This record gives sequence, C-alpha cells and structure tokens, in this order.
Amino acid sequence: MTVASQQVAAIEPKANATVRSRRRRVVPFVRGAIAIAVLLAAWEYFARSGIFSQAITPPLETIASALIAMVADGSIFKHTLATMLRVAIGLVIALAIAIPLGMLMGRHATWERILRPPLAVLMPIPSLAWVPLVVLWFGIGNVATVLIVVYASTFSLLYNVWMGVKTINSIWVRAAQAMNAERTRLFTHVIWPAALPSIITGIRLAFGRAWIAVIGGELLASPQWGLGKLIFDAKEYLNADVMLAALVVIGVIGLFFERVVFQLLERATVNRWGMANGGQR
Amino acid sequence: MAIAWQAAVWSGTFPAKLFPSLATVADTFVRLTLNGTMLVAAAATLFRLLFGFLLAAVAGIVIGLLMGRVQWIEDALLPIVSFMYPIPGIAYAPLFVLWFGLGDVPAILLVAAATSFTVIINTWKGVKSVKAVWIRSAQAMGASERAIFAKVVLPGALPYVLTGLRLGLASAWRILVAVEMLMSVTRGLGWLIFGSQQFLNTDVMLATIAVIGIVGMLLERQVFVRLERATVVRWGMMSS
Repeated sequence: MTVASQQVAAIEPKANATVRSRRRRVVPFVRGAIAIAVLLAAWEYFARSGIFSQAITPPLETIASALIAMVADGSIFKHTLATMLRVAIGLVIALAIAIPLGMLMGRHATWERILRPPLAVLMPIPSLAWVPLVVLWFGIGNVATVLIVVYASTFSLLYNVWMGVKTINSIWVRAAQAMNAERTRLFTHVIWPAALPSIITGIRLAFGRAWIAVIGGELLASPQWGLGKLIFDAKEYLNADVMLAALVVIGVIGLFFERVVFQLLERATVNRWGMANGGQR
Repeated sequence: MAIAWQAAVWSGTFPAKLFPSLATVADTFVRLTLNGTMLVAAAATLFRLLFGFLLAAVAGIVIGLLMGRVQWIEDALLPIVSFMYPIPGIAYAPLFVLWFGLGDVPAILLVAAATSFTVIINTWKGVKSVKAVWIRSAQAMGASERAIFAKVVLPGALPYVLTGLRLGLASAWRILVAVEMLMSVTRGLGWLIFGSQQFLNTDVMLATIAVIGIVGMLLERQVFVRLERATVVRWGMMSS
C-alpha cells in the first residue's frame, strides 16, 4: 500500500476500507486489460514487421475489417446459426438417448450389465475418428455433422446420468418407499430431482465435447455453412484474416456458453436447491 | 450389439463395401498388424502425442504454477487463458498449416497448444486449492519460501495437476486423430482412416478406429491410474 493511502487510512478508516475493496476489484481488471493490450500490440508489431507476409499474419485492422465485412453481409450469422443448430439438434438427440438409458442403467442392474460393455468400448473412441466413415455412409452435410455431435455428446451425458442416478442417497429412496410412494411418484419426486444436478453437469460437459466435434466435423466433412467450414474455406484462399476472425467468434461463443449460459443455469437450479455437492452433507 | 451389427450386414440392406462384416474387420486388423502398417501408424501417432503432450505439460504446469503463486501473473493471464480455453484446438488446425506448413511440426505444436490450456487451468486451480493453513503452519515453523513451494504447494496441488494432465492427454489424443486428417502427415492412425476413405476401405477404417479406441483406453487406464496410485493415493490425498 502506498504512503498516500496510509495517510488517508489514518484520517478516514471507513472510506479507506471501501477504497481498498474497490481496488481489489479494479487492479486485476487493469492488469488483465494491460496484458491483453500488450499481447495485441505484440501481434500488431509482429504482423507489420514483415517477417511473414501480411496475408499469413494479418494486422488487427485487417482482422477487424474482415469481421465487420462478414457481419455486414450477414454471412457470419449464417455460419454461426448453422453451427449452433447442429450443436442444438445433436444435443437434443443425445439427451433423448442418454437420459432414459442412463436412468435405466442407474436403477436396474440388468440394464447396467447390458449397456456397460458397449459404453466402455465406444466412449474412448474420439468422435472425429468417425468422420471419414460417417461421410462415406451419409455423405457430406448436416446428417454427418449432427451424427458426429451426437456421438461426441451422448457418452459423457450417459455416464453422468448413470452415475447421478446410481449415487442417489439410498436413504431418500427408502424414505419415499416407506411413505408408500408408488413408482411414478418416486421417479418424479425423488430420482429425477436428485439426478438433475449431474444431468446438468453432463449437459455442460457434453456441450464442450459437442463444440469441438462440430467444428472438427465441419472442417472435415465440409457442409455448406458453418464456422468450421468458414475456416476451412479461408485456408484454401489464404485468408488468414477471415480465419482469425472466425476463431474470435468461436472463442466468444464458447466463453458465452461457459460463463453466462451454464453458470446462470447452475445458479438457477443446482445452487439454488443447495445441491452443489450432490446433496451429501 | 455385435449381433445387431452382424445382422445388419447379413440382411444386405447396405453394400458390403460400405458396411463390412466383423470378420472382415478382424481379418483386416490382423493383416495390417502383421504387415506392420498398423504398428508404424500407431508409432507415428504416439510419437506426435508424446512430444505434443510433453510440451503442453511442461508449459502448462509452469504457467499454472506461476498463475497460482504470483498475483499479477494471475491477473494478467487469466482473461487470456479463459478466452482461449473454450476454443476447440482443432479450429486452429488450418491456421497452423498456413503458418508452419504440413507435417509433424505443426501437428505437434497444435496438440501442445490445444492441450496446454487444460493443464494450465487445472494446475492453477490446484495451487489455489492449497489450504492457507498449511502454508501458514509451514511459515510458522520457519520454512523458507522455496521449501514451502517444494514441500507444501507442489504436493498439495498435485491431485489437480494430475487431473489436468489426464484430461489433457485424453483431449490431445482426440484432437491428434483429427489433426492427422487435416495436416496430411505421411503416417499415423488418423491418416490411415482418412486415406482409406478415398479407396472405400471401410474395413481398414473400422479396424483403425478400434485401435484408436484401445490405445486411448490404455493411456487412460494404465498410465494415469498407476501414476495416481504411486503418488496422491499413496499419500492419502485421494481415494482410488
């Protein structure tokens, strides 16, 4: 702490406390901003130094104008929409597969025995390894990319639902049964809410997987639209500015989902119900 | 599931060329293993994985430790790391091709770049999770800054670091397969799948996919479970 602020502290202790707490929030922000500025400046210097052609390492201005051009003609929105739609459809299909199967696996030992081996075999295979085969089977386009998303997201979801249902505090189930809850009521009032936190965690993980799979799928299976396709096309024409602009968009969307969508979802559900630690207290 | 697959093959709804029987896939697997194609491909892929992952591990742990221990480094790097972290590594692939050309170097660099963020985030969280009481009691007992780092912070952060390495290796493996398809390397499992697509060799593709799955599982089960048992589990910081 500086001498000046110590003097202030001697005169006005209360005011100083608020100053200090404000500083605690402002200082990291300033440092982060400086680091980003330094990084961008270094890039700008490197790009303009002419070590590499500006076609390969475009300066910020070029990247920004590429982004603005894509916003102006609306193409970036079409690409983003196509990618997001594939993720959404893929995730919905994955949910429709994983939630019932995971519930069955968690509740019934027979289903667990049937489904465990295929899960163990298929789960470690990277979804993108399937792309060339899926393209042969279904051709280039939406079916192939959505299938890859489904493959990428189903298993982590299934695993989480299964584990979530399996680790439900058995006292809760027995208590409900002792109070004569019939099966539907047991399901809607105990098992479903108790498994919901792990389902939400599963969705979050599945989104991360799906996000990688959709970009990779679009790069390899090149459908008409999509952020991956945008990057792939830009490579053909040496448009490094378009590629970097697309990467920025991909980063912003990823951050938005990670920080805003899922955090709000968790706050509104898991945290509000006090289930952040699985209800085991 | 195997029966369902076989039934679908025998029903003849799909051409056998596109939908080979399990026997054909097994045959192909044996043939490719015996003539060495599969081994050469797997060795090339594992070599890239090893180098990329080592780079990522070293860079990730160093940056993660610095972020965990030094306040201004954390303030400076956290926004950048959290922005880069959710970008799928594979999205950089065409850019890396543009910058570094085709072949091994960009593939290794890309795997390293994509993996390092997972390691950074987990190492940083690990250092942050070290209880302040442990550090203060070490200080009270007169431990030097270095001793605290080596004897308290490092072991305390290790469970998280290992988790980061484990997740990092898994994601490196996933990405590498796709990277090999995009970077037209001369050997490798991803290249084997991609090359077979041109000749409709679905049996080769499925055999390679199986190998990829098996290697991935071995990496996960064998390497890390052993490492964890030898360290954090033995020290009683985690139950196996």
